[in-house]
Amino acid sequence: MRLDLVPRIRRSAVLDILAPALAFVAAVMVGGVAVAALGVSPGAAFVTYFVTPLSDVWSLQEIALKAAPLALIATGLAFCYRADLWNIGAEGQFVVGGLAGGWVGVATHGSGGSVWILPAMLAAGALAGAAYALIPAVLKVRLGVSEILTSLMLVYVAQLLLDYMVRGPLRDPAGYNFPQSVGFEAAARLPYLMEGETLHAGVLIALAAVGLGTFVLARTLFGFEVRLVGASPRAARFAGFSDARLTLAVFAISGGAAGLAGIVEVAGRIGQLQPEISPGYGFTAIIVAFLGRLSPPGILVAALVIALTTIGGEGAQIDLKLPLDLTRAFQGLLLGLVLGADVFARYHVRLVPGGPASRTAP
Amino acid sequence: MEAARPVSAPLPRATAGPTPLFGAYGIVKRFGSFTANDGVDLEIRAGEIHALLGENGAGKSTLMKILYGLLEPSEGVVTHRGDIVQLPNPEAARRLGIGMVFQHFSLCENLTVEENIALVMPPELSGRALADRIAKLGIDYGLHLEPDRPVWSLSAGERQRIEIVRCLLQDPKLVILDEPTSVLTPGEAEALFSVLERLAREGRALLYISHRLDEVRRLCVRATILRAGRVVGACNPREETARSLAAMMVGSAVHEVSARAVRAIGAERLRLERLALPAPGLHATALRDVSLRVSGGEILGIAGIAGNGQAELFAALSGEALAADPAYVRLDGKPVGGLGINARRRLGAAFVPEERNGHAAAPLMSLSENALLSRHPTAPLTRAGLLRAGAARDLAQRVIAAFDVRKSGPDPAAGTLSGGNLQKFVVGREILAQPGVLVINQPTWGVDAAAAAHIRQAVVDLAAQGGAIVVISQDLDELFEIAGSIAVLHDGTLSAPVPTAETSREAIGLLMGGSSDAAPALAPAPALAPARTH
Amino acid sequence: MTLDIVQMVLVTVLAAATPLILAGIGELVAERAGVLNLGVEGMMIFGAAVSFAVAMQTGSTLLGALGGAGAGLGLAALFGLLTVGLAANQVASGLSLTILGLGLSGLVGANYVGIKRDPAPQLAIPGLTDLPGIGRLLFGQDAFVYAAVALVAAVSWFLWRTRAGLTLRAIGDDPVATHALGLKVRRVRFLSVLFGGACAGLGGAYLALAYTPFWSPGMTAGRGWIALALVVFASWRPLRVAAGALLFGGATVLQLHAQAAGLGLPGQLLSALPYLATILALVLLSLGGRQGGSPAPAALGRVFTPSR
Repeated sequence: MRLDLVPRIRRSAVLDILAPALAFVAAVMVGGVAVAALGVSPGAAFVTYFVTPLSDVWSLQEIALKAAPLALIATGLAFCYRADLWNIGAEGQFVVGGLAGGWVGVATHGSGGSVWILPAMLAAGALAGAAYALIPAVLKVRLGVSEILTSLMLVYVAQLLLDYMVRGPLRDPAGYNFPQSVGFEAAARLPYLMEGETLHAGVLIALAAVGLGTFVLARTLFGFEVRLVGASPRAARFAGFSDARLTLAVFAISGGAAGLAGIVEVAGRIGQLQPEISPGYGFTAIIVAFLGRLSPPGILVAALVIALTTIGGEGAQIDLKLPLDLTRAFQGLLLGLVLGADVFARYHVRLVPGGPASRTAP
Repeated sequence: MEAARPVSAPLPRATAGPTPLFGAYGIVKRFGSFTANDGVDLEIRAGEIHALLGENGAGKSTLMKILYGLLEPSEGVVTHRGDIVQLPNPEAARRLGIGMVFQHFSLCENLTVEENIALVMPPELSGRALADRIAKLGIDYGLHLEPDRPVWSLSAGERQRIEIVRCLLQDPKLVILDEPTSVLTPGEAEALFSVLERLAREGRALLYISHRLDEVRRLCVRATILRAGRVVGACNPREETARSLAAMMVGSAVHEVSARAVRAIGAERLRLERLALPAPGLHATALRDVSLRVSGGEILGIAGIAGNGQAELFAALSGEALAADPAYVRLDGKPVGGLGINARRRLGAAFVPEERNGHAAAPLMSLSENALLSRHPTAPLTRAGLLRAGAARDLAQRVIAAFDVRKSGPDPAAGTLSGGNLQKFVVGREILAQPGVLVINQPTWGVDAAAAAHIRQAVVDLAAQGGAIVVISQDLDELFEIAGSIAVLHDGTLSAPVPTAETSREAIGLLMGGSSDAAPALAPAPALAPARTH
Repeated sequence: MTLDIVQMVLVTVLAAATPLILAGIGELVAERAGVLNLGVEGMMIFGAAVSFAVAMQTGSTLLGALGGAGAGLGLAALFGLLTVGLAANQVASGLSLTILGLGLSGLVGANYVGIKRDPAPQLAIPGLTDLPGIGRLLFGQDAFVYAAVALVAAVSWFLWRTRAGLTLRAIGDDPVATHALGLKVRRVRFLSVLFGGACAGLGGAYLALAYTPFWSPGMTAGRGWIALALVVFASWRPLRVAAGALLFGGATVLQLHAQAAGLGLPGQLLSALPYLATILALVLLSLGGRQGGSPAPAALGRVFTPSR
């Protein structure tokens, strides 16, 4: 028995849309079985995970606040992944961006609250993230070093750097020796969108990024270049596009997006620098990018779905005593199923009796 | 030719004499509506180096794959010592003593010589025993190999030795060699010939597939010549001249040179001046001292068997490969050797590469995106980096209309078009730009007759409007029909162009086969500019 | 600094290195066949959770270890199905398995948080184990440590002294050429992935059954990622994996002692050393002096579908 994969001439459009949906359904069904095994009614679990969070304002905001950084980072990652470049250091770029922007917030603390502080923080975060992502990019372009490993290693370096800064140079002297920076003043915080609620402007930034990403990919020559390089590298060279320039550009974009997400989280939700500023957004964003089929509108939907399941998971923990790990397992399973389903859109898959193919062209 | 004969009937003999070691009779192989081998007979005797000659597309590699068990014939039989045999896979062929040395090596670069050989040996033969056998082969045949060297550090000739040793360790009675000298230096080729002659002296049979006439005449005592899937000749190459062999290979039909090919010539638009380019990879061809000049209104045809530098020449002309000296390539007199493809496009040049799926066009992208692909420097498709809405689609529609491109749907993916239609699109896309210089590689390969005619007419019309055109093609008929002059690319060197009206298929075939027996006046055109110091 | 204190430090270093060796050796085999398995962290932690659960239920460390290896192998089978069978993207597939493994580990381990059990039994040979200075180090370790050493030796021997190992290395170097030669590329890759997962699971089992004899969520703390880096750092050679693991383990121990000793260097810098060192090693490998060839399996990470 062997699994035969024959490339399709063109991707099946039907399966392109159907596949992630089917994968989602399959993941939910597996989840239902797991939940039943834990002694909880699958129906109640489904409602708690997917329906209840949509039913009150507070959790809707939480969904938006969790989806925003995911959508922002994943949109940046889409540029890299479409060009067949594997930036898995988004978590580190997120941290570096948060650190750089946060540093600006700390440095300007008590200086009178100019209207330029927040934009400066955001810019610093984006630029720092972009610069940090250029390290693996340059190493790849100049020396051919694998970007997967370098970007991953830099995640730990970034986390340790943040830890050091927060416990050392940026620690709040009046903070009772807690490892955290001074709390940012209002001028260094992202404004709330509604009185008395928790939704902050970071959500708008994420939406703008998704819109910008969609536009650039579809309607600019650069976006065309990104799409072409991943699909047909030889044709991309025939079109006169330079590999090196493109590599640097997409890493800068994804690093910048991740860094921006970092400072948005710091200046929005957290309001100060502390050793942990990310619940793994950089890695979860990779799931979101693939779930969204590397397309910004899809990414937005995927980010909302993932955020929904995360909030739902928190609710399920309280209401049904279901562990948070179930959500995580569900997310991992969902990604795996989407990847598997994607294969069916790209190839005709057949189970063929008999041994390995022995006829090959020389 | 007759259909497959029943097993009990007596076997045919193409010639009298002892039973051939291996024979193929009445071989027909069809791929859909295309017949690659059309009733081919071949007999190989022990101790004989037998050449299989022909151009690309003549059916040599199909026949070879049938003999090695990689393909099964639609009709016909293969015999071993007079008995009909079945060859369903390479293992069966190897059991009968048929071995093959492929043109493209199957070697792992980071493993050593010994490790690569061990991979296909039975597990019992390894370590000391294997090393001893390899050393013995080195002594017996002059196939010297250092067992512990990694493959990446070896030259092409040394790598080929590994393939030959792998083959010889299985003690083959018949060794098939596919274009063995295509990657070798002349010295390495000589060493190979000694090995082959030694193998023949031992009583093995060799089937030597090549298009190089000098080698064939030097090595082989028998040759079977294929053209368009049929055997057009079987002879002793040493009793023939290179000229007669070439004539058999390419046919000697006399062509009416189309009046269209004779044009009023304008100013010189494209020039290559003693271009040299090292081979970009192991199986690529280095370009040596290539010179050509094309003027407005002129169509220069470049003939040659595939694998002699066509892709490399195209890359040098298009700018996908940059020249060491900008002056090697000139467009309208300007040195452009250091400029990339888009800069050359902006200077009025256009290019159509050989591979339409994956190089000229991206198969998964739509036709309008493919129009954008090569025309973004020369058509108003963008403004400040933004794509102008509908501009690419309009351009694509104009190409589709002008070149009668048949497709399904308003803007389908390029990969869904048939070969002929995609080729019309890809050619039309460039021609609609009204380029001053057009370089096109294999314009009608794999294209149906109607589309091919359309494309050729478009090329001729472009020349009529003053364009300077280079057509690289393996199809001599095509070149004789549309080119005003023809040059031949062989092993990375270009012969001097000759007006089509003053040459013959035979003469061109001779040059394609690399024969040194060729007509005089082969020196490259003298440089007009004084030599540059670098 | 008496001999006994030196020995104690070495023992700690060895203990820190063992999970890295176990996971690293498994990943080395998978990568040598051309498959980049980013799911190591998930397989390791799932192995830890399952091993502890099995050991608690059966009372047997051995069964626990087998359970851990089995858990890693199970996740690896999913990974292999995706990447080798269905030719899915290796990076994304690996990450999905890591996240799945992390989640599943939490589920399985939920009932065992805070529970301790006896640590894995250690070797005690009268006379040898009591030797001053080296007795405990060489003859007083638990089975996992000896298994790790044995695995390093076994993998070395397998890859360079057997035909099957040669086939595996060849496939990792050039799946197209080996397929043309008739070798079973996908089968070998799948089996290598299974082996890698089992080793990662065993590494996790060591953490939960011997290193600290209890389960806590997230207890691998990124060791799976370090194992990945370790394989590169070691130029895909088993002995160097062991050496590198000792170095990384040593760096961890050193960092703790240095902080305790009040050295001026920030602890975070010391902790970052392994990662920075890996990047440096990668750069040096690329700059390399070699005219050609690469220490890495040339086809690492590339998807392979047999051509028709």
